[in-house]
Amino acid sequence: MSSITGHSAIDELPTGDGRPPLEADQAGTGRLGDRIFGGLATGSGILVIALVTLVGVFLVWQAVPSLLNNDANFLTSREWVTAGENPRFGIVDLLWATIITSIIAMLIAVPLGVAVALFITQYAPGWLSKPAATLVDLLAAVPSIVYGLWGLQVAGEYFEPVARFTDTVLGWLPFFTYTGTPSAKSTLAFAGIILAIMILPIVTAISREVFAQVPTTHKEGALALGATKWEMIRTAVLPFGKPGIISAAMLGLGRALGETLAVTLLLSALNASESFNWSIFGGGETFASRIANDAGEFDSAQKTGAYIAAGLVLFILTFIVNAAARVVIERRKAFSE
Amino acid sequence: MSTLSTLDESALPTTAPSDDFGGKSSARAVKDQVARVVMWAAFLVALIPLVWILGSAVFKGGQMLLDLTWWTHSQNGITSRREGGGAVHAIQGTLIQAGVTALISVPIGVLTAIYLVEYGRGRLAKTVSFMVDILTGIPSIVAALFVYAVWVTTFGFQRLPIAVCLALTMLMIPTVVRSTEEMLKLVPNELREASYALGVPKWKTIMKIVIPTSFSGIVTGVLLGLARVMGETAPLIILGPYTAVIATNLFDGLMPTLPTMIFQSYGESVQPSVDRVWGASLTLILLVFLLNIAGRFISRFSKVRN
Repeated sequence: MSSITGHSAIDELPTGDGRPPLEADQAGTGRLGDRIFGGLATGSGILVIALVTLVGVFLVWQAVPSLLNNDANFLTSREWVTAGENPRFGIVDLLWATIITSIIAMLIAVPLGVAVALFITQYAPGWLSKPAATLVDLLAAVPSIVYGLWGLQVAGEYFEPVARFTDTVLGWLPFFTYTGTPSAKSTLAFAGIILAIMILPIVTAISREVFAQVPTTHKEGALALGATKWEMIRTAVLPFGKPGIISAAMLGLGRALGETLAVTLLLSALNASESFNWSIFGGGETFASRIANDAGEFDSAQKTGAYIAAGLVLFILTFIVNAAARVVIERRKAFSE
Repeated sequence: MSTLSTLDESALPTTAPSDDFGGKSSARAVKDQVARVVMWAAFLVALIPLVWILGSAVFKGGQMLLDLTWWTHSQNGITSRREGGGAVHAIQGTLIQAGVTALISVPIGVLTAIYLVEYGRGRLAKTVSFMVDILTGIPSIVAALFVYAVWVTTFGFQRLPIAVCLALTMLMIPTVVRSTEEMLKLVPNELREASYALGVPKWKTIMKIVIPTSFSGIVTGVLLGLARVMGETAPLIILGPYTAVIATNLFDGLMPTLPTMIFQSYGESVQPSVDRVWGASLTLILLVFLLNIAGRFISRFSKVRN
């Protein structure tokens, strides 16, 4: 599905003869029907702009009163008390859990996704390449909550020995200490692995698209110079696909940051009294899972505002990541002409 | 590409006349083989979760779906410890909400795509395209919070099923826009020019020539978009709490859906409840996969191709 690559008719450069692909603007006749239809189309476009703008405006508007009322530092506090006269809430724990789970997901999904994309475009026999692509795409169709349920009730128990083993081998690093509570399936590490499976199809789909565009002349050139297939991939396919891989990783990251249900079902929240530790085998809550877990608590404007403030930070994070992905894609277009 | 891959082995002389002209050194050949094995392994590893998830769902939820009451009864009056009841209330809710979401988002999405391909030039069009990208990336929970902030906090309405549809609309619009855009771009310019040459106004050209030519592609996009929103759960948790009875009114009360049916009792350990959760999961997976496969199938009949 190319709809996730952010590739649009508007971004297309003029075709070879220097003519824009469509010169239809002059075709409007100025008749009533044309004006109405053109107006509707333009209106829909503007509606989309308005929608995204409104998301930002409303989230800021509703978050500000709660933020002003907040007695703790929003960016550095670990507390989360949203009720009462003197609410104290901060996002540092949420930020840590969100980012570490997403990083784990990226570390697994990007190399794996690129390898799968290479398999589909370069290695798979002709009859297998299309079905293989469809199968990986189907991973994206499994609903998020089913991933959570599967992780919690089926796959989770197999992660226990992995966590114990990592603790024995690498436990001297604060990152990899595993104490047994919470159980391995409720840790940040396992949530990251599930996220990796969920973003794998996105990374694969976009990398696949770019690898398929590598000019045959580049590949044949490499082979003619005596390169082995792997050397051909390393010297012709990967360099050409690099911007595509980067933007695929960014879009995957954007998805991982905001993924809600799978993480909500899996992660076990830290106790308020528990001191912070760096281990990926600890519990925690991401922005999305905190909001989803506490959806029943939205009863006063003050409380809701605190969660909306957390949602706003998540919105800003994903906005930056997605915008960056788009910039990378645009730059590739500028250079590949 | 298969000719190329055989070429790199057979075209090289088997008895290298001199090492300077490079028969593959053994290290290079080994690396090449290792890479081949790694790529195959990566693909097989990627298949494990798919097979495992589908297997678990069929194994744990399959027999629920074989029971006719699953498709005809709700969970009204059935406690988590008791067997029986069905999921028709949740299936119905999911279908109604997805249908209404499509009714709102398809016109907006298709019109936006028409704007981008047929009308838009310059800064406004670039902005629209950029915003569609941002909309694609908005996490569903943020979309839900936004609708909550508007619907409940600002206007003071109740959490209603229609609010869920509005949140889902935000997630569906970008999917529809991008896939429709893709299809409209494939319509050859000659068709448009022929129509203009006959004096047909632009809007009629779009409605009678461009849209019909790309119709099956647009349908595919809509089905894939529907598949995405059907599985979304976050907006439902914020805006559409579960209920065990059949409800069809979008503007009053609660409406149960398959995702909330799962979320409601995923933590329970009594067997009837576990069975029902997996039954609901399997039903949801089947619905989503059906739409996906239907979408891919229809796209085969597309009149415009690359």
